[in-house]
Amino acid sequence: MPQDQDSIFSMVLRRVTGEDGAPRLILSGSCTLTTLGNRMQTLFSELVRYAADPELHWDLSEIAQMDDAGAVLLWRAWGARRPRHLTVRPEHERLFSRLEKMPPPPPPVSRDWLWPVTVLGKAVFLLWEHFIALVLLSGQLALDVKYLISHPARIPWREISANLYRTGAQALGITALVGFLIGIVLSYLSSRQLQTYGADIFIINILGVSIIRELGPMLAAILVAGRSGSSMTAQLGVMRVTEELDALTVMGIPHSLRLVLPKVMALGIAMPLVVLWTSAIALVGGMVIAEIQLGLSYNFFLNKLPDVVPRANLWLGLGKGVVCGMVIALISCHFGLRIKSNTESLGEGTTNSVVTAITVVIIIDAIFAIIFSNVGLK
Amino acid sequence: MITERCVIEIDGLYTRFGSHVVHEDINLCVRHGEVLALVGGSGSGKTALMREMLGLDMPAQGTVRVFGEPLHGHDRRMLQYLRNRCGVLFQNGALFSALSVYDNIALPMRELRTLDEGMIRDLVMLKLKMVDIAPMHATKMPAELSGGMVKRIALARAMALDPELLFLDEPTAGLDPVLSDGFVKLIQTMRRELTLTIVMATHDLDTLVALSDRIAVLAEQRVVALGSLKEVIKTDHPFIRNYFFGERGKRTLGNIGNSYGG
Repeated sequence: MPQDQDSIFSMVLRRVTGEDGAPRLILSGSCTLTTLGNRMQTLFSELVRYAADPELHWDLSEIAQMDDAGAVLLWRAWGARRPRHLTVRPEHERLFSRLEKMPPPPPPVSRDWLWPVTVLGKAVFLLWEHFIALVLLSGQLALDVKYLISHPARIPWREISANLYRTGAQALGITALVGFLIGIVLSYLSSRQLQTYGADIFIINILGVSIIRELGPMLAAILVAGRSGSSMTAQLGVMRVTEELDALTVMGIPHSLRLVLPKVMALGIAMPLVVLWTSAIALVGGMVIAEIQLGLSYNFFLNKLPDVVPRANLWLGLGKGVVCGMVIALISCHFGLRIKSNTESLGEGTTNSVVTAITVVIIIDAIFAIIFSNVGLK
Repeated sequence: MITERCVIEIDGLYTRFGSHVVHEDINLCVRHGEVLALVGGSGSGKTALMREMLGLDMPAQGTVRVFGEPLHGHDRRMLQYLRNRCGVLFQNGALFSALSVYDNIALPMRELRTLDEGMIRDLVMLKLKMVDIAPMHATKMPAELSGGMVKRIALARAMALDPELLFLDEPTAGLDPVLSDGFVKLIQTMRRELTLTIVMATHDLDTLVALSDRIAVLAEQRVVALGSLKEVIKTDHPFIRNYFFGERGKRTLGNIGNSYGG
């Protein structure tokens, strides 16, 4: 390592016997963190050995440079007090007097043995808090809608349209890819099973009902929750960090009306369309494999589909899309608005938002399945 | 303790952001042991120049040498060694929000891997004492602190490894006058105890007058004046006239007028 002229000498210890016959330890050179470097540990044990002799005279006056780390090294070797005989330069004296006045470190936080109860209790309260906040936000949105109905000129069209593009149009690629692949996999596995029973024709029933009623909406909802949900939360979170939310408040522009409502409305419109798109592409994927595996022609597949899948299934799928879309946007915005202005909170909020949105989407699906168990199935 | 030796050498430096030219042929030497203040209007490239001295940005042309070494070398050990000898105080503190105050200051020490935990604890408490932060704040997270505290703790972190070269970006911006005077005193005390070379970008005239040995004035993409305050204010340049002899400048310089012989 290259060194400058005045920090060239690392510390050197020299033990001599003074004129009065007393042992002296002369320290010279530079006693700083950079110059000591890797010698720190060995030097420490050496100094501790010297410090064992209380009559030793410590002469630090030849030390050219000393910093906090160097002073702490000596101080710890001395056992956190001055040795009986010490000669030190006045400019270094200040370091040691500061060390003498050093406050003790704060005591470590004592362990709380009730922590399982505390953690559980806090989690329950947090859940309740989230629930209340979500209800409040929904109520606020309902009030905003009422206000907008009486003041149609204030409807934030531009925001709605921008969100529609971001959450709908830009999601078409990924949903198509995933839908197509799932359609292929489902069709391939089912056709192999059906072939063994000679029930080839039922592939259309299986694909039609499962994709249109269940898989299409769920795939789309989970993808959108991960994709658009996280971006909504992060956007609101960063706006909090950069104080943009506060700037909107002081301008008298309500967050719910200009930030949350456009997102909820846009995703409520975009989501059923994305569901339709995903289901259609998944069916195309299934159809391709049905042709290859079972030799069912495209024409036959498309003609038979409306006969075996009741129309109610399509409405059910689209209905799920509308509900899931609005709920995803609502949850994402709720978590986004809760983010505090630090990076930790931003990451945590985004994760929680996506996890919650996906969980809630699946819960909604289960609720739909129970309520509409008699609808659309032969 | 100021010597003629250059700690930072800037040679023929050009900075461009797209087609916008920020610096044109800047040559500058930061001497060992001095406080060099970078002064300039908003957008004159103070921060850009400082970022280039730190190796955060690459100049479009020209070289920056720190301790005689080029900043964009390929020797990892060398670069790390240079980094350990520099401390930086960012304008907004740049404390790691995921770490407590204690861990923020201990981080650079732990990264060295030559200090044991006991020594780190003593050093952290010493640094906190140095910047006048009570030990009870050590366990707090940066989000719980006020702006002035963040700044002082950031200084403690910048000083964690007792650097020889300290960069201060707007050290007193956002502090109240009392805190900002305290900050200036703190840096003066540190300079008495250690041979510190400081590069400072600032707008604040009080800090400038109190701390700087030499001032580099950036305007029109170059260094238009370089020297002690006395020498700089003699330079005839519209920016210097407005800056030092505007309302504020007169007030500040008037107060210390006696020490500069009027």
